[in-house]
Amino acid sequence: MSWIEKTAAELADALAAGETTSVELTQAHLDRIGAVDGDVHAFLHVDTEGALAQAQASDERRTAGAAKHALDGVPIAVKDVLTTTGLPTTCGSKILEGWIPPYDATVVARLKAAGLPILGKTNMDEFAMGSSTEHSAYGPTRNPWDLDRIPGGSGGGSAAAVAAFEAPLALGTDTGGSIRQPGAVTGTVGVKPTYGSVSRYGLVALANSLDQVGPVTRTVLDSALLHELIGGHDPLDSTSTTTPVTGLVEAARQGATGDLSGLKVGVIKELAGDGWQAGVMQRFQESVDLLTKLGADVVEVSAPNFVHAMAAYYLILPAEASSNLAKFDAMRYGLRVTPDGDPSAEDVMKATRDAGFGDEVKRRIILGTYALSSGYYDAYYGQAQKIRTLIIEDFNRAYADVDVLVSPTAPTTAFKLGEKLDDPIAMYLNDLATIPANLAGVPGISVPAGLAPEDGLPVGFQILAPILEDARVYRVGAALESALVQQWGGPLVAPEVRK
Amino acid sequence: MPEITRDEVAHLADLARIDLDDAELDHLAPQLNVILDSVASIQGVAGDDVIPTSHPLPLTNVFRDDVVRPCLTPEQALSGAPAVEEQRFSVPRILGDEQ
Repeated sequence: MSWIEKTAAELADALAAGETTSVELTQAHLDRIGAVDGDVHAFLHVDTEGALAQAQASDERRTAGAAKHALDGVPIAVKDVLTTTGLPTTCGSKILEGWIPPYDATVVARLKAAGLPILGKTNMDEFAMGSSTEHSAYGPTRNPWDLDRIPGGSGGGSAAAVAAFEAPLALGTDTGGSIRQPGAVTGTVGVKPTYGSVSRYGLVALANSLDQVGPVTRTVLDSALLHELIGGHDPLDSTSTTTPVTGLVEAARQGATGDLSGLKVGVIKELAGDGWQAGVMQRFQESVDLLTKLGADVVEVSAPNFVHAMAAYYLILPAEASSNLAKFDAMRYGLRVTPDGDPSAEDVMKATRDAGFGDEVKRRIILGTYALSSGYYDAYYGQAQKIRTLIIEDFNRAYADVDVLVSPTAPTTAFKLGEKLDDPIAMYLNDLATIPANLAGVPGISVPAGLAPEDGLPVGFQILAPILEDARVYRVGAALESALVQQWGGPLVAPEVRK
Repeated sequence: MPEITRDEVAHLADLARIDLDDAELDHLAPQLNVILDSVASIQGVAGDDVIPTSHPLPLTNVFRDDVVRPCLTPEQALSGAPAVEEQRFSVPRILGDEQ
């Protein structure tokens, strides 16, 4: 088995045992990127020179007995919405083409401090608005399971990079499912941590009250290792929680032993029914049955206000986004388009924002401007904020009876490129099951649950826990993963890239 | 809820400082109506007694000690600027002729 097929935990062990070097591992992944990324297009920018220099430095530390972290020397890919000094950060938008930030996001600084070579920046829907990565201004990423299909979004680049063995680890961001839904449709693992538990300093904000940075990996244990590395209080982020989220790696290791006795699992009644693909529901149900076999006590729970979550989300998100994206004003950084004549600053702003933003971004800015405008504020934004309260109450009621909640991560498997591109509502429905967690701030994971029988494409199993109880999603996720991989005789491997 | 007209979209685009062309306005107005129709279902779901949530964490003001700490140099801060003059961001005129 080649290095690229190993998990991050295995690579860390191999480095510690002196069986390989970071330069060898990093080069193996760079070679893989060279071989398959022309097809997959997971990366917007590959930093060959920088990654190898960081790998070299890591090897020197390890030789001197001064490795900084268990993952020191294990390469990683970073979603292009996180700032990186010396590397372009475009957010998948023309308005930031060529921009090189003058500071690192805190999570990037933590990767560097721990010695993980950064392979490059991954593709995404423009400013993280989308569920397919087709809204990237630099062209779509393709799903390693079927290159004619979407890899999910907005973090399709990070998920596809990990699924195609171009990186063992990646960072993503999840505002309404942008880590978990790509994880589901590419057969990988993705975690949205508790809101505020991972720093967002240097994350180009989409919707501040919803955004969260998290791990994108092929195994639950790898996510736990990365999550513990990037998490924890950051004084530079005023929404950063001071309560530490700990015990994630331990929970993943304990879960992998396969004992869930005493655990109460709630199946969310509202996240099923019309519009849910039969094969998705079949694999989901098999996984639920497996949890019962592992000793969990499974019950059905109702979260009646979840049916309103999507509507509330598509008012709150555009409202916050329209305000956030006002900073792209052509004055201080990014694109500046100067119309003919003697244009004012306002003319320049308007021309720049028309040329620099794509359709979906414009759609959401206009929608958000509308939802916040006087006369409509109470009817839309105000109502959406009240729904948010009702959804939090639904979660609280459910968690009074169960330890974790489960559902399929996405209603369908990966759809064809272009299929939903000009139908915003159809596109928005992909996030039906992932959005409630963002509205309430609770942590969630998506774990591969097998392939849908009708199309042979990956299905994701979502596990949600109460705020700050991230360890629970790792315990249950690892238990399910371990039982399923045993059943399958090995992990899921994307066929398109096996060649 | 009332339909959102093409003129209203043009007005909103003006407020949002986006110079949408005619084709974009033609395309966007009906799409926004479809989206608004689909979110209109939230009207009347929550009663007056429901307190709105703006943020999932019970955080209020977060203060730090008033101490000097490292920050960007002027060169770093200006490194991405479209135009720079005398260590400042250079911008187009901000006032009209009559002002």
